[in-house]
Amino acid sequence: MLTRSQDPESTIVQISPEPHDSNGMSLMQLAMRRLRRDRLTLIAIGFLLTLALLAFAAPLIEQALGVSYTRTDVTNAFQPVNSPGHLLGTDDLGRDHLARLLYAGQVSLLWIAIPAALLSLGIGVLLGVMTGYYGGVVDDIVNWIITTLNSIPSLFLLLIVSAVLSPGPTTLVLVLGLLGWTGTTRLVRGETLSIREREFIISAKALGASPWRIMFHHIVPNLMSIVVITLAIDIGTLILVESALSFLGLGVKPPIPTWGNMLTNAQTFFTKGVHLVIIPGMLITTTVLCLYVIGDGIRDAFDPTAVDK
Amino acid sequence: MLKYVLRRLIQAIPAFAGITLLSYFLMTAAPGGPESILLGDPRVTAQQRQLLAQRLGVTDPWPIQYVRWLIGNDWQQFDMDGDGIADEPGQRKGILRGDFGYSLFSKRPVIDLISDRIPATLELGVAALFTSVFLGVGTGIVAAVRHGHLFDNASRVVAVILNAVPGFWLGLVLILVVGPFLNQNFGDSIGRCPTPQTAEQIRAGCPPVYNRLHLIVLPTLVLAAGGIAVFSRFMRASMLDVIHQDYVRTAQAKGLSPRTIWFRHGARNALIPIATFVGPAIAGLLGGAPITERIFSWPGLGQLSVNAVFQQDYPVVMAVVIIASIGTILGFILSDILYAVIDPRIRFN
Repeated sequence: MLTRSQDPESTIVQISPEPHDSNGMSLMQLAMRRLRRDRLTLIAIGFLLTLALLAFAAPLIEQALGVSYTRTDVTNAFQPVNSPGHLLGTDDLGRDHLARLLYAGQVSLLWIAIPAALLSLGIGVLLGVMTGYYGGVVDDIVNWIITTLNSIPSLFLLLIVSAVLSPGPTTLVLVLGLLGWTGTTRLVRGETLSIREREFIISAKALGASPWRIMFHHIVPNLMSIVVITLAIDIGTLILVESALSFLGLGVKPPIPTWGNMLTNAQTFFTKGVHLVIIPGMLITTTVLCLYVIGDGIRDAFDPTAVDK
Repeated sequence: MLKYVLRRLIQAIPAFAGITLLSYFLMTAAPGGPESILLGDPRVTAQQRQLLAQRLGVTDPWPIQYVRWLIGNDWQQFDMDGDGIADEPGQRKGILRGDFGYSLFSKRPVIDLISDRIPATLELGVAALFTSVFLGVGTGIVAAVRHGHLFDNASRVVAVILNAVPGFWLGLVLILVVGPFLNQNFGDSIGRCPTPQTAEQIRAGCPPVYNRLHLIVLPTLVLAAGGIAVFSRFMRASMLDVIHQDYVRTAQAKGLSPRTIWFRHGARNALIPIATFVGPAIAGLLGGAPITERIFSWPGLGQLSVNAVFQQDYPVVMAVVIIASIGTILGFILSDILYAVIDPRIRFN
């Protein structure tokens, strides 16, 4: 599950251990300079930061606008966008749509997608470095688990787990994190295999460094750009997965709003409130798009073979 | 060739074992096994419960139970009448022989429920696979030919957006926007395949697919969206890769027409690596089935599995997951074989 589309147009980033020699700048400085000039990535970062800030400030915004994401008012249901007192209208129970979108953003992005992505990243890096460094039986076992998990179509795997556990938000984070690490592990394992043969690892070994120290002091820091790229793309993918599950009614359950479960009854809104269908979907798409753009931008910025104009 | 196929099938055994193990453990973790049903009945004494549990074999260690679930128990003798002598053979055939037990909800054999649903899923899946390959590869070729021009840039933007759009929302928007047009011009009910409630309705069958093309268009597009994006990006990259090869330069030097160069020498060779994406595409189609089939009331495996999850019908959920995983594994093998068949540089050895 959560397999990332592999991009043929980009190379896997390889960071050389010695400082990059372009204009006497380090790779990090070069990358930051390239990022500062990459307008598309900057716009994406700006959009996401604004969204996260608004989602965090949801209670304050509620207060300022005098609305509430939980207060139902059936006589006031299906108000259109830009109606008095409700900037983005109201939903089928008369709750303020803007407030619900902001709280849903908080849940989808900050409570579920980011923690789950961090969890799967942690597992992925740990297993990837260990299998790449040690090889042998550990590698075979982890590889077997990866092949098994990848053979089950993503949503079906989540379906069984949902059927058995009927998860709340916390369990959902654990489930998504524990099932989503296979791509990261493969990527990190491949990188570790190539870094393992470099001179600085050999010299660290000669100096008597323990395997643990080599893995986490010498190899992991060299994986930083992969880690950041993976994190951005994983968060995007997890938002999609969570919204699909919640849409089906198997993820986060009402009354906690998420962008996915706000669309569960969308087909019944077609005639009464199209904005209830369009806006949450647009938010999901834009957020995921921004995360993918950021992932690509960072990948390009850290590409040591890129030529600066 | 045959040896290659056999070897790939044997290589798939560990993954299949992993899938069955995972399903087995999840199923035993599910609430509502045979023991808990017995526990819930106050008329059953502890002694009877223990006796029955022994007869059902639920007191055996889990590897034995797992093997029984896998290959059945008709090779063992059980003490079913309680006279202390194990003299009756078991009844179960095991999942490897297609015995997935009975649905807790409809009480029908799970394998029947599944075989009723497979045609619908296959119909939609094959339609979506062909759509994504043809649209994706076509877009990729044109984008490469028009490299750097409007079509190229537009197709790349669309591909990125298709990757980021949630499939269920794409479906909703298409129903909202295109649905009225389809209803007006083709009529919602003409040739409509009813959402079948009973096995008879499913078996009575749908009208032939050419009579209800307007019903399959939207679900096919939704299911194929991700595939179109992937195939167009990879085909474009593959074309741009091929076009810088020496043999293309030779063709240019011979004075062949651009059309011949792009299509006979470029596209045909660029297609070779694309074969490896057929497997992941099949996995993606199966993974997208629950959502697409639910939105469009398509009576396939995806709908069956989602309904089964809501009804807590674990045998059905497990069976669908195992069948879908077998489909995925076969898709990956098919993709490898396809690659080996169309690339003359790879031989089966």
